[in-house]
This record gives sequence, structure tokens and C-alpha cells, in this order.
Amino acid sequence: MAKRIDVSGLNAYYGSFLAIEDISMTVEPRSVTAFIGPSGCGKSTFLRTLNRMHEVTPGGRVDGKVMLDDENLYGAGIDPVAVRREVGMVFQRPNPFPTMSVYDNVAAGLRLNGKYKKSQLDDVVEKSLRGANLWNEVKDRLNKPGSGLSGGQQQRLCIARAIAVEPNVLLMDEPCSALDPISTLAIEDLIGELKERFTIVIVTHNMQQAARVSDRTAFFNLAAVGQPGKLIEIDDTERIFSNPSVQATEDYISGRFG
Amino acid sequence: MSHATLTPKPSSLRGATLPKWFPWAVAAGAVVLGLGISTAAGLQSDIQWALIASLLFVLGSYGISAKVEGRRQARDRTATSLVWVAFLMALIPLASLIWETVKRGVKVLDGYFLTHSMGVVADTEPGGGIYHAIIGTLEQVGLATLISVPIGVLTAIYLVEYGRGRLAQAVTFFVDVMTGIPSIVAGLFVLSVWILLLDMGPSGFAGSMALSILMIPVVVRSTEEMLKLVPNELREASLALGVPKWRTILKVVLPTSIGGITTGVMLAIARITGETAPVLLLVWVTNFINTNPFSDPQASLPMYIYLQFANSGGSGAAYDRAWAAALTLIAFIMILNLVARGIARWKAPKTGR
Repeated sequence: MAKRIDVSGLNAYYGSFLAIEDISMTVEPRSVTAFIGPSGCGKSTFLRTLNRMHEVTPGGRVDGKVMLDDENLYGAGIDPVAVRREVGMVFQRPNPFPTMSVYDNVAAGLRLNGKYKKSQLDDVVEKSLRGANLWNEVKDRLNKPGSGLSGGQQQRLCIARAIAVEPNVLLMDEPCSALDPISTLAIEDLIGELKERFTIVIVTHNMQQAARVSDRTAFFNLAAVGQPGKLIEIDDTERIFSNPSVQATEDYISGRFG
Repeated sequence: MSHATLTPKPSSLRGATLPKWFPWAVAAGAVVLGLGISTAAGLQSDIQWALIASLLFVLGSYGISAKVEGRRQARDRTATSLVWVAFLMALIPLASLIWETVKRGVKVLDGYFLTHSMGVVADTEPGGGIYHAIIGTLEQVGLATLISVPIGVLTAIYLVEYGRGRLAQAVTFFVDVMTGIPSIVAGLFVLSVWILLLDMGPSGFAGSMALSILMIPVVVRSTEEMLKLVPNELREASLALGVPKWRTILKVVLPTSIGGITTGVMLAIARITGETAPVLLLVWVTNFINTNPFSDPQASLPMYIYLQFANSGGSGAAYDRAWAAALTLIAFIMILNLVARGIARWKAPKTGR
């Protein structure tokens, strides 16, 4: 299930603007990797290059290599739609489909891809909602609109929707930034469980969260506004938060910067 | 500045305020004064006393309020009064139009009138009905809708979801130009191509083509606005699930905006239903029932109204029929609008728990 991501020499552009420059890193399978860094340093942009969502933005363009196990996501003949089925994504703001019920939201990935058996669908929905720790809260209202849930429940619904298509990698773009501490805790617990099955990459502005949930942490920074963002270092989370090898990382983490 | 405050030591936060019924009292006073002045001056027209009363209402509320409450509140009241006066002025023509149409229309509007054609009833005789005109209008408008909605919605989808660069700009520009085409020009265009060049006879379908030229830009514009309202996050959420773009548009974007699109289409239908010029050029008119929109002239409600009125020859019967048909047309459009609102509410994204 879980796959390794190996990025080398990756640049991402918005039009002619170079947003992130020359990023190389490895993301281990069955682990949580956190991206931290100041706003605008390209964390989210980099995250979106990992499932080819970056090119959805008008003017978005990428060069470099992203290997998912032994396949280059930017190689010739690769179908971005197929890539996104392998590499799922959860967004900053909970975004359940407003026209669909809780059940339909979770089933959306399978239904819209058109390859499912009706009998399997119930099982997949239950399994995904259980996987997202949401089943007990919504099992009696599966046919109610998904947008009627609370913010934290909606975000877990989005996670259930993302894991229902059985991706290999789960990308999370600040999944807790719109949530209260209790919902955040629920999602963090969930991340701990999900890493048994998926490779997880999470962008966060909350350094305690990075320290709590991740195995490895990558620090991104940019020299100045208008300059491209760069990967400063990536290491075991414990190391980054106790004894980082680059001074800028220590400054950022200890709050002496930005 | 000294205010005529009621309390001897006013708090800085609490000024004197006029009671809630103050605007109503001023309005009533203004109407009475307006009537009084115009009677005294021997003015005949209703419009004159109404204008005097409006003026007195605005000035009166400013003056009294400025005395009691201070200048800022007075200006606030002036703005409010102006809004009310403008609202009432806008409402008067609408209300009087509906009142006149209903008053004159109900005389002959009954089951017989709706289910019989004119046939051989002469314009000057009583009797006859608008069945043939209703059939014609429904078929012409229906066909125009069938042509316009797919073209319009697909164009809007192209502009919002795919369109980049020159082509999209050109399409937007031409849609804007099309919005301004006068209906008679659209009629002449179809006349020159369909009837003069291709040598086809007048038919309901020819009228539908001209009507769809008028309808397409309205559908494109409204659909475009509705699609733009769909949050990008929903598109991204769907794409990130590995759903192809066309399915995302079909299953996520369109269902989210279907209420607004339907409303836009209904309004576009309402707009073309009353068009007379293209029908005059392309469909002509008949007194008999013609259910085939693809050959021979058809009747339609706007043409029927015009001809009954023009050919009444001083006959009360034709005059009454024209008003009854006008009432039917208004009712038809009103029902269409209500249906559109119903669909919009029914299809709107639900927020209930």
C-alpha cells in the first residue's frame, strides 16, 4: 500500500515566477513527514506537486523528478488523474461536496471514478468512516447533507473521502488550521493510526503539531519575498526540534525569526 | 449647537430620538398636505399631489429630525425617505400595470377562451380563444429553449472551466455583442438566411431560431456567473480524488450550481416569451390550430395580442380578447418565475443537519 516518494531537483513555477527551487528529499513509507516554514515559502506548492495538483493552478508548471517507488510522476505518458488516485489529498478548509450526503461524499471518489460494485460501496463507506474515526458520530445520519456536520467532523469526512479510494500516499495541507483544539486532537490521533497504512505528508504552521505527529520534519524557507522557497533541511523530527544542523532552522523553531 | 433635548443633562451617548411612528406620521401629514395644496391650487392630476407629498415627506422628515435629533440622524432619515420614495415610485407602474391587465383581462378569460382557437370567428365578433396562440408560444419558446440551453450552458462551461487566452476573450466579447442585438435584427438575420436564402417557408421553428439568438447570450451570462460562484476548493477536492475534469464538472460543479443555472434559464425564457418582432417576420400568424412548428405559420400570444388590438376596429370583443391574452402571457411568465424560484430552492446545496 504505502509507497516511498523520492524527489530530486524539483522546481515549480507560477507562470514565469519560480516558486520553489531545486528540492530533493525522500519521504519514507508508513511514516509521517511534516513540512514547516514561514508563509509563502512554498510548502503547500511543493505538497501540491506531489500529486500533480500544482498544474491545476493557471500557469502552474513543474520540472524535476518525483519518483513514487519506481515511477516518475512527471515522466512521459503519466496520467495526472491516475496519479491523484494513488496520492490523495486533504485540504486546509474542510470541503465536503455540498450537494451530497455524508454517504455520497465518502462514496464520491469511487462513484465518480465509475468503478465499483454496489454491494462493496456500503462496506467501503463504513470502513472509511471508521478509519477516519467518524463512524460512530454519523452512522445514524448517513443520508443527511455532509455540510451539516461540524467543522472537525467535516474535516474527518474529507479524510474518509480521501482514504476511501485507497491511495498509497495521503497529503494534508494544514488540515487542522481551521479547527478547534479538540477536533485537532481527533485528527492528530487519526494521523497516528493512518500512518500504519499510508505514507503521510502534512503541512503545518503549528510546530507543536509537527513535533507531536511526525517522524520526520522538513524545514522550508525563502531568502526574501519574491525569492523562490527552498528546502533548508530534513531530518528526524526529534533532531530538528532538539539539535538542528542549520542555524536558520533553530532560529525559526525557537521563534527568533519570522 | 444646542439641541432641543428632552432631558436636562443629556448623556454624551444618548441623544433625543423621535418615536418609531415618526416616519408614518410625517408620511400621513405629507399626503394630507399634498392633497390639500393641490385641491387649493386646483390641480387636477394625481401625479401632482403625489409629487408634492413626496417632496414634503422628504423635507419634513429632514427638518423635524434636524431640530430634534441633530444633523447626522436627519441625514440618515433623508436617505431612508429617499429610498422609500424611489421604491414607491418604482412600484406604482408595476402595480398599476398588473391592476389594469387583470381588470380588463378577466372579462373573457375562462376555460372556453383557453381551449378554443379563433377559427372563423371574425375579429369584430365575440367568442373565440387563444388555444392556437398558447400552443404556438409554447412550441416556439420550447424549441428555442432546447436550442439555447445546451449551447449556452456548454459555452459558459468552456469560458469558466477551460477558456484561456484569445479564444475565450473573443467568445466573451461576442456574447456581449449578442446581448445587445435588437430582436428585430435577429429576426431579419434568420429571415435572410432561412427564408430568403434557403427558401424555407415561415414556421414556428424559424421563429425559435431567432428567439434562441436572443436567448443564448442571456443563458451564457447567467450560467457563467453561477459557475464562477462554485468554490475552487470543490473542484480541487474532486480532482484530488482522481476524478477526471469532465466528470468533476458534470458531477460536482454543475449539481452545485444547478439552482442558479435553472433560475437564469427561466429568466431567459421569460425574456423571449414576450418577443413580437421575430415572430412577426418569421412565424406570421394564423387563426387556426397548427401544432407542427416545422411548417406553416403559427400563432403566438404576443402576435395575437397585437393583432386583436390592431384589428379590433372599435369592437369591444377583440379589445377584451387582447387584454385576456395579455393577462395569460403575464400569468405564464409569472408561473415560470415561481417555478424557477422553487427549483432554485429545491436544488440549492442543503445546510440542514
